[in-house]
Amino acid sequence: MLVIKDGQVYDPINGINGETKDIWIEGGKIVESLDHIPQGATVIDALGMIVMPGGIDIHAHIAGSKVNTGRKLCPEDHYEHFRMAKGDLRSGVGFTVPTTFMTGYKYAEMGYTTVVEAASAPIVTRHTYEELDDMPILDKAILVTLGNNELLMDRIAMGQMDEARDLVAWMLKSVGGYGVKVVNPGGVENWKWGGNVASWDDEVKYFNLSPRKIIKALIKIADELGLPHPVHLHGINLGLPGSDITTAEIIKDACGRLHLCHLQFLSYGKDKKGRMCSGGSYIANLINEHPNVTLDVGQIVFGNATTMTSDGPLEYRIQKMTGHKWCNEDVECETGGGIVPLKYKITSLSSAIQWITGMELFLLVKDPWSIALTTDHPNAGPFFCYPQIIRLLMDRDYRNYFISLLPPRAFRGSVLKDLGREYSLYEIAIITRAAQAKILGLTNKGHLGIGADADVSVYAPENFGKRQCICRFKHCRRALDFPSWVIKGGEVVVKDGVVLNEAPGIVFRVAPSHGESIRDKIREEFEKYYTISFDNYPVQEDYLKNTKEVICG
Amino acid sequence: MLTKAKDVVCTFCGCLCDDIILTLDENRIVKVERACANGMGLFKNYNPDLLSPKIRGKGASWEKAIKEASEILSSAKYPLIYGLSSTSSEAQRVSVKLAEALGASIDSTSSVCHGPTGLAMQFVGEPTCTLGEIKNRADLLIFWGCNPIVSHSRHFARYSVMPSGRFVQDGRESRKVVVVDVRLTQTARVADVFLQVKPGSDFELLVALKALVKGKSLDAVEVGGISIKVLEELVSDMKSCRYGVIFFGMGLTMTKGRDLNVRELFSLVKELNDHTKFSALPMRGHGNVTGADQVMSWLCGYPFAVNFSRGYPRYGPGEFSAVDLLCNKEIDALFVLASDPVAHFPSKAVDHIMEIPTIVIDPAESLSAKKATVYFPTAMYGVDCEGTAYRMDGVPLRLKAPVKGNRPSDEEVLEAIFEGVRRC
Repeated sequence: MLVIKDGQVYDPINGINGETKDIWIEGGKIVESLDHIPQGATVIDALGMIVMPGGIDIHAHIAGSKVNTGRKLCPEDHYEHFRMAKGDLRSGVGFTVPTTFMTGYKYAEMGYTTVVEAASAPIVTRHTYEELDDMPILDKAILVTLGNNELLMDRIAMGQMDEARDLVAWMLKSVGGYGVKVVNPGGVENWKWGGNVASWDDEVKYFNLSPRKIIKALIKIADELGLPHPVHLHGINLGLPGSDITTAEIIKDACGRLHLCHLQFLSYGKDKKGRMCSGGSYIANLINEHPNVTLDVGQIVFGNATTMTSDGPLEYRIQKMTGHKWCNEDVECETGGGIVPLKYKITSLSSAIQWITGMELFLLVKDPWSIALTTDHPNAGPFFCYPQIIRLLMDRDYRNYFISLLPPRAFRGSVLKDLGREYSLYEIAIITRAAQAKILGLTNKGHLGIGADADVSVYAPENFGKRQCICRFKHCRRALDFPSWVIKGGEVVVKDGVVLNEAPGIVFRVAPSHGESIRDKIREEFEKYYTISFDNYPVQEDYLKNTKEVICG
Repeated sequence: MLTKAKDVVCTFCGCLCDDIILTLDENRIVKVERACANGMGLFKNYNPDLLSPKIRGKGASWEKAIKEASEILSSAKYPLIYGLSSTSSEAQRVSVKLAEALGASIDSTSSVCHGPTGLAMQFVGEPTCTLGEIKNRADLLIFWGCNPIVSHSRHFARYSVMPSGRFVQDGRESRKVVVVDVRLTQTARVADVFLQVKPGSDFELLVALKALVKGKSLDAVEVGGISIKVLEELVSDMKSCRYGVIFFGMGLTMTKGRDLNVRELFSLVKELNDHTKFSALPMRGHGNVTGADQVMSWLCGYPFAVNFSRGYPRYGPGEFSAVDLLCNKEIDALFVLASDPVAHFPSKAVDHIMEIPTIVIDPAESLSAKKATVYFPTAMYGVDCEGTAYRMDGVPLRLKAPVKGNRPSDEEVLEAIFEGVRRC
């Protein structure tokens, strides 16, 4: 038994806002308090400390084929950032794309205990599972890319919606996925011929289909299957001025639950002269009107990043723009992918506009339950910079100082300078924990009620900013960056900001039911278009030992 | 009684054909269907009998051998773990753990095959795709410095030249095949166009092609023994195809220029993407050499040539790569996992192997195994033990164990040695 005594508890799901409360833990779960603390129990004195559920990251690229290509691509990202092996803890390297063990440790040392891998092509999900097996402490889940799946597009185009639904269910179940990820629907398919899409009604070449039809079908299917997490959409025109128009269109058009990921990247306006400007306030207002739509921000952090996405044509464009090294990875019948390293400079006009756009989303979306803090790690910045963003949201003076560093022209059309909102700790607990769990549909995560998983982080406010951040950004200030204690599954894993020992992590997955005939219906097509045997495609039991099925419906 | 095993994965080469049918009689493979000659040899008459390890050529118990190996490794000042490419990624993961615990260097056979491809990728990136994209889309195939008919015998049939795909309905008829090589190989014989490049001129040829793609005119009649006119025709084909691909092999990576050749090739392919869709794919040799790159990347951050002497991974191709460490006589113990450096390394490197204690894990008693201080005869991945392997394009497959295993797997022996080292 473990008792966290006298902490100020922030547990928004249970409406607890900074009240002094004891948290009792046994068997990896939060339990009812007893009259007195039994002998042999571990007691953590949290007097004057902030107690929150373990942090949750709804969207990060942490493992799998694309991430690993990013690691291999950038040795210069690793040389100066390393961690030595110590006792049973493993070594690692990497700044924007850390190795697997280091990823687990660094998240834990920030108080995070659950992370969702945001995009895995179904055919290479076995690889994602192998890497997650080497990423201790964290609980994880995998979103699988289905927005450009050719067998699925064939069915949607022909109006065979029952078969399409069965196929989605079969895919998720066979590869051990947790949710449906859609990336630039139709655009990635067109990229396989060097093209893209620019509007929701553009043609998906050779498929008699539009991006709109694909996304609408998938939203419907996710609803019908009762998936715990709605369709997770990376829309079209990412990164382009005017993407706010296409984003607005899909927010209005979505009939059903929809999660829009790293929305900052898809909320750029275009002024009369065709120049890029923030569309953050426009999009935030629309979000406020559509309670069925949630988002994570994908906030820019100034410094080095590695862009990696299934949006192949986007990475091609970034490569043309920057001249940096470029990987492209088209995946048969399913999706694409690309990687380009990038630096966001505080002196750059476009980087500043991107930063402003994200901040406007944070400050203008009224309901914190519909918004999640992310950096689309490592696309807009590395995950260990979340504490800087938290500080920016909580501390208006710091934010205003930060604003003064940006090129003034970046504020054309922006309302950010007029926004005085400061997030409370309660709201921070929502956007980093509670809302993330709700949007993901993980009922035992993101709160400290009886029966919840005992993932807890404890912070002493005087330790904020205590650790020198490795980002080397001289204006970096932080909050909630240095947990005094982190408990994962009831075990103490971090003390005084440093990982002590590993605890096992599990992978959540879904197994929605589907018509049994789907296998026979697709077998022949599969073997015609794929290059592996149909029966070798599903992720075998051997990889799913540390997984837990979350029930649909 | 005869039994059949279907959809078996063959680990002979990086193609990882996963449609093999085996017929077994009493735990012996008596019939192999669909495999190429190379794959046949892997499966047919494979003997899964338990063999005893050897210490200095003499039979020894497993316990003794593990103890001896652990002692050699833990008393070494600078051990090297080498090989990795013909075993499962599960075993590769343990070998990285072992290297970390020992403060050793660890290197895979990549450093003597497609290591330069990795270096090139780290400079310019790599526009690539999985093999199914080739099957479904490619209408122009260029094979450069590789001879798949001999080395990857089913590549043509399954992935590249022959199959019909979603957008390539007529198979071979719909595809143009170009071979660039220094001699008329078997692969070159079946090509539509064969460009015989002068040995050592690949780099010049690639630069010339890139210039032509960029629309520059060249003040030369020929480059690398090939007339400009022929090159212009090739460039015209490259720019006008729907989906092109260049497969390349050790003819580029292990000849003059090495990583510079591949850098130029990747840059050329990058350039071509301004005109049409184009990809490049290395023809990886060993069954799971791609897995070795993957595992080392996710655990060490670097694909090969890693050193752990400071307690964290450092990258040093040319410094921590096996041939260099051996030729410089830097290491004082060698751990060979699923490869045969004594048979394949330069004689100067082999000379040093002969002088230091070696530990070899291999299903077959290779030349390296015969010389080994301690030799462990283990199960063959994908025949009598399971695991994961990565195809040359990064697609991971589960390896079955159609034959009932009697010998321990590489992974099990590695784990035992890891424990042994910890106790030392």
